[in-house]
Amino acid sequence: MTSTNAIGEAVKRREDFRFLKGLGRYTDDINIPRQTYCYFLRSSVAHAQIGRIDVSQALVAPGVVAVFTQADIDASGPVGGLPCGWQVTGKDGAVMKEPKHPILAAGKVRHVGDPIVAVIAETLAEARNAAELIDVELAELAAVVDMKKAIAGGGQTVHAEAPDNLCYDWELGDKAAVDAAFASAAHVTKLDLVNNRLIANAIEPRVAIGHYELANGDYTLYTTSQNPHVIRLLMGAFVLQIPEHKLRVYAPDVGGGFGSKIFHYAEEAFVTWASKQILRPVKWTADRSESFITDAHGRDHVTHVEMAFDKNANIIALKCETLANMGAYLSTFAPSVPTWLHGTLLAGQYRTPAIHCNVKAVFTNTVPVDAYRGAGRPEATFILERTLSKAARELGLDQIEIRRRNFIKNDQFPYQTPVAVVYDTGDYAASMDKAIELADVSGFPARKAASKAKGKLRGLGVASYIEACGIAPSSLVGSLGARAGLFEAATVRVNPTGSVTVLTGSHSHGQGHETTFAQVVAEKLGIPMESVEIVHGDTNRVPFGLGTYGSRSLAVGGTAIVNALDKVIEKGRKIAAFLLEAAEADIEFKDGSFQVKGTDKKKAFGEISLAAYVPHKYPLETLEPGLEETAFYDPKNFTFPAGTYICEVEIDPRTGEVVIASFVAADDFGNIVNPMIVEGQVHGGLAQGIGQALLEHAVYDDNGQLKSGSYMDYTMPRADDLPSFTVATTVTACTHNPLGVKGCGEAGAIGSPPAVINAICDALSEYGVDHIDMPATPARIWAAIRAAK
Amino acid sequence: MTEIVVEINGRSIRRQIEPNLLLVDLLRQDLDLTGTHVGCDTAQCGACTVHIDGHAAKACNVLAVQVDGSYVTTIEGLSRGNDMSVVQAAFKEAHGLQCGFCTPGMVMAATDLLSKTPKPTEAEIRTGLKGNICRCTGYHNIVKAVQIASGQTTV
Ligand code: FES
Ligand code: FES
Repeated sequence: MTSTNAIGEAVKRREDFRFLKGLGRYTDDINIPRQTYCYFLRSSVAHAQIGRIDVSQALVAPGVVAVFTQADIDASGPVGGLPCGWQVTGKDGAVMKEPKHPILAAGKVRHVGDPIVAVIAETLAEARNAAELIDVELAELAAVVDMKKAIAGGGQTVHAEAPDNLCYDWELGDKAAVDAAFASAAHVTKLDLVNNRLIANAIEPRVAIGHYELANGDYTLYTTSQNPHVIRLLMGAFVLQIPEHKLRVYAPDVGGGFGSKIFHYAEEAFVTWASKQILRPVKWTADRSESFITDAHGRDHVTHVEMAFDKNANIIALKCETLANMGAYLSTFAPSVPTWLHGTLLAGQYRTPAIHCNVKAVFTNTVPVDAYRGAGRPEATFILERTLSKAARELGLDQIEIRRRNFIKNDQFPYQTPVAVVYDTGDYAASMDKAIELADVSGFPARKAASKAKGKLRGLGVASYIEACGIAPSSLVGSLGARAGLFEAATVRVNPTGSVTVLTGSHSHGQGHETTFAQVVAEKLGIPMESVEIVHGDTNRVPFGLGTYGSRSLAVGGTAIVNALDKVIEKGRKIAAFLLEAAEADIEFKDGSFQVKGTDKKKAFGEISLAAYVPHKYPLETLEPGLEETAFYDPKNFTFPAGTYICEVEIDPRTGEVVIASFVAADDFGNIVNPMIVEGQVHGGLAQGIGQALLEHAVYDDNGQLKSGSYMDYTMPRADDLPSFTVATTVTACTHNPLGVKGCGEAGAIGSPPAVINAICDALSEYGVDHIDMPATPARIWAAIRAAK
Repeated sequence: MTEIVVEINGRSIRRQIEPNLLLVDLLRQDLDLTGTHVGCDTAQCGACTVHIDGHAAKACNVLAVQVDGSYVTTIEGLSRGNDMSVVQAAFKEAHGLQCGFCTPGMVMAATDLLSKTPKPTEAEIRTGLKGNICRCTGYHNIVKAVQIASGQTTV
């Protein structure tokens, strides 16, 4: 075994070769003989009653194979709507409103981009041209856009099932205790916050290819998904009524997800359904403009927060009221995001004894909103970290000091928060100390003076985040409304000559599982990484899986692999005991060999696997031949990565332009398998969080038109918008999984927005500006400075 | 239909094409060179970057007829077999890619940048690559990869 296999080494990625050579196989690279192309005619208005749909001209247009509306789908037999995977129960036990979500629009269109008619043709150009010949009568209705107005009553309703546009009214925490604490508070800090609507914008647009084979009645869906088994379950069981053994969902190389490719989308169900109707494969590839108006959006919360302190600046209570946008339909996991992924994180890293959070989820005529990198946790972190920095200023305290004073101390773990979760472990002072050191906080006054000498403003922003990853256990999430389990599955297939094929239910769309997981397997079995193959993304090859999101892959999927490896080693020990004529208890597995303790008698891993598949000399009476084990792992608790981020900005007060002078991230992700990959995950998260803070905003006008619907209007962070980052880790190992890992995929996007905004507010403090909304564009900053003057 | 003759990755190709065919569709659909990706419809993301007569260009924004008589290099033409070019190898070395979708375009843009500015500063790298969007890496390791490829640093 070479040392580069080891857990903890920055092993270069094995997937890189194919990507760098242009040999990746993404869904749009797949073409099937006799394939047709699908184009969706989508609503160009936000809200309208659908009248007559005339497709007669399109039907006879060149190359057209078929034209379908929802009426055709309804007439084809029992087909369901797109299901929602999480049912939230609100105050007083009222379950959320769950309006139907048909595959194609039925009766009404509810957002710009809602599909009305699907045209299938020999080429995409023919499908597109034919769609122009379709006449759809739309009686436009007033668009419901602003959340406050939406639930105020008296206006339009998006769904008859929710006459007041309210999906649910949910609360968490002890309101009486919070009220009592506020009554005794020495100081209260209040803030109104907007968590701006974002669009994930994975650079690979979504693609779906449906292929029904009459010969055997099998369906295959090729799709850009983070969780193919979940899609198979949702689409097969709830939408198209296809039994799972007749449905294969395959998500090959996927070009980024960030949450937006978790969900089951209409196009997936449509192409699969349509392929059976026309008995040919049907391919749909989103163009970017379509992605903007059909991929689930993220965030979009409006919050009022109040934090109460005693006379020593200890937080004694927190309360917040949030309006959360659901958009026009409930996307797959939308209801969980502002509730269980948000309210439960409102203790942050602090000993806040009383918390109350109320969330009203609102239907609007906008694209559905669902999980985007961080999902609920960035919103919770933004609430806490902005409020604390504002409080520090009001109380004349340093923003680091107020945090330190309130940190949960190391001897308080496991720590039960007042918002349902129990943190297993952490060392918040350690990551704070690390960040302070790397950011050279003590040198800040000199740097600020130097900026001032140039006519610039300089600010320092701190944010200490916590997040919850590997959401579980299944019994708990079930009781909270999840309609799925949240375990993970893995099969370790040892081949006769000792190489290993691992089938994992996790899905890699940039995370580098083929490398990280292989490191784990190679180290545990003491074999070279080259002998390990990681297979994912195909429901026909992998037994089961719940996929990759919520930074769960290593903590949950990796644990399933470790557990399957343990079973393999257990069985290997039995085989070795037989071959070495020793007691099983005397066999130890070390460095790739099964050895009789205290002797030099041993069998290499490959000898044991060969014996298992050529069982001539083998304990056949007591042991099955073969060496393949499967494990399903259901975690006992969430994992809780945490850390402190420090951002330093320089602002030109004449233009409002912000330059990030430095950005330091100190994270505690527990143990780390591949530090290079972990750093890369943090970098990417930081870019998205800084993008949210400074650049990105999905903006709707009053008519429900998405004004930032292309890369010319929606400001994606580019190379020259960002600095190089300083990232470091501290370690407290997770206490309830064998690798001791916590998850690293989302932290960067969670901790960075408040760090940036706190830095900007610090820089602007001399003007008395105490808050600035995201994205903090030059125009907003300039206006704030002007208003202050 | 128009006839074009174009050299793609060292091979001469003669084709009858529709005059409105985009270069990126010629590459991806007709020639099955799927390493060149499409990430947008407004010529903003750079996923489709190739070299035309030795200069980086966005293949989604060029008609196939416009490359008649030119030579085009795509990511598949940058190195042979198991080899990787200096830039490709540096991207692997620096972990300059995650999902890999922006990567072919990014590598083509970086290769072009280095052919014109062999020792770019960090600021020059960031400006030079601003036509290519990467959603995964935060650019940190892409910048490092270009620095490695230019011999200015090692990991
Ligand atoms: S595909 Fe986006 S620039 Fe060409
Ligand atoms: S590596 Fe995924 S977009 Fe760049």
